[in-house]
Amino acid sequence: MAALAHRTWRRPPLIADPRLRWLVYGGGLLYLLLATATLEVNWLRVWEGLDRGWAFVRSFFRPDFTSRGPDILQGMIESLTMTVTATVAGILVSVPIGIGAARNLAPLPIYALCRGIIALSRALQEVIVAIFFVAMFGFGPFAGFLTLTFNTIGFLAKLLAEDIEDIDESQAEAIRATGASWPQLVNYAIQPQVMPRLIGLSLYRLDINFRESAVIGIVGAGGIGATLETAMDRYEYDSAAAILLLIVAIVMLAEYSSSHVRKWVQ
Amino acid sequence: MPLLRAEDRTSWRHRTPRAQLFLWFGWLALVALTVFAWEVMNRDTIWAFVADAPRQAADIGARMVPPRWSYLDQLWWPLWDTINIATLGTLLAILVAVPVAFCAARNTTPSLLLVRPVALLVIVASRSINSLIWGLLLVAVVGPGSLAGILAIALRSIGFIGKLLYEAIEEIDPAPVEAVTATGAGRLQVLDYAIVPQVLPAFAGITVFRWDINIRESTVLGLVGAGGIGLKLQASLNTLAWPQVTVILLLILATVLASEWVSAKVRHAII
Repeated sequence: MAALAHRTWRRPPLIADPRLRWLVYGGGLLYLLLATATLEVNWLRVWEGLDRGWAFVRSFFRPDFTSRGPDILQGMIESLTMTVTATVAGILVSVPIGIGAARNLAPLPIYALCRGIIALSRALQEVIVAIFFVAMFGFGPFAGFLTLTFNTIGFLAKLLAEDIEDIDESQAEAIRATGASWPQLVNYAIQPQVMPRLIGLSLYRLDINFRESAVIGIVGAGGIGATLETAMDRYEYDSAAAILLLIVAIVMLAEYSSSHVRKWVQ
Repeated sequence: MPLLRAEDRTSWRHRTPRAQLFLWFGWLALVALTVFAWEVMNRDTIWAFVADAPRQAADIGARMVPPRWSYLDQLWWPLWDTINIATLGTLLAILVAVPVAFCAARNTTPSLLLVRPVALLVIVASRSINSLIWGLLLVAVVGPGSLAGILAIALRSIGFIGKLLYEAIEEIDPAPVEAVTATGAGRLQVLDYAIVPQVLPAFAGITVFRWDINIRESTVLGLVGAGGIGLKLQASLNTLAWPQVTVILLLILATVLASEWVSAKVRHAII
């Protein structure tokens, strides 16, 4: 009776089986030990770098937009134009591929082909794709444009296809019952249902493409990334800080306005 | 949806003439913007190089096969480093992102006016800069190597985990919070017993998802000197050792697929 009075509620552990629990904890701990033990860190270099890091942090409070002004402007123009053209081209290519990758609209061979294209585009990373396009098409924003377009396909076409597969079938059936042809079916039954989401996704991708355009410049595909890398290589932290602040500002602006447009569309 | 009266019959139209006009102008502006952007972008494009691309592609393709499989022996250590960069970076990000997320969520923040905007700013700044750029910066600061990679991954992941986690915290069911508060629990006890159990599954899902993305990103961090298998990729590209590039890319692809499989399994087990 006394024992019962002292019984208090205790939270059940996350993993019920104690043996499995200790195995998971032990394994995790062992991995952490191994990983940190094999980590090669030159602490002297880190210590020396702290000054530089501090200088870099300070440069955010006095960014230098002017002394590399023309380079920054050129990089920004390249990044922005690349973003716009690649997003538009990406949408134009993604829509047919997305329709082809929807099982309720496309026959099996076309479905398999389109899903293959999507899988390929998703498996390859932007930077790696950019390396190849730069090797093929030469340095500059054209290679960047192709890279962003290629990666937009994997993103937009996949989500569009999933959206088409999730549509309300009754509307498609109603249109079919009027004797509509396949293009009419897509135009009147599918398109109105997926359009708001397609616009939302396109705006989101515009945002992503701008962010990525800042990265692929590092491997020579044009854009603000190249300017940033040059600034870092020359230890011009004030200019680098200015570029980073510009990137953050544009991304924030894009995110803010795209959320407004999305609300307005939906 | 207006019914238009033309002559003596009524016909159905999707939009009013005014809305139609606006729509057309919108499309026109979009097309004009795209054409303009295209013209500006391609001012310096050398079209001879573009026309030459298929030949270049065939050339590179021919150089890439057969892959030099013996190079695989030199890749296991960099691969281990790559996985460590992604995992340790994710763990480090969790340590920072969790407090930031609780400060950013409307219902748990200590101060709506002071702390929340700062937390949101941290999240936005971290999110808008790609881990490769963080890597570029950190290599300059802490020197080339895995540490720069870990920090780069962590800095990028803070925003990602923080944003998704604070949204999850804001969407919790308020009833358990009320119930625990009614027992006379303090703020931290409410957090521990009412809020954390509700967001734990979402948190685990987000973390595994980010870990999967981080594996992908850490494979190319070496291009800016931040350690991992990307260093080997950079070295092979610089020496135009295309058969080695093939091996590295195939290994990266296999790693990415494996991590995707692991994260899908884990998320399936949680949810």
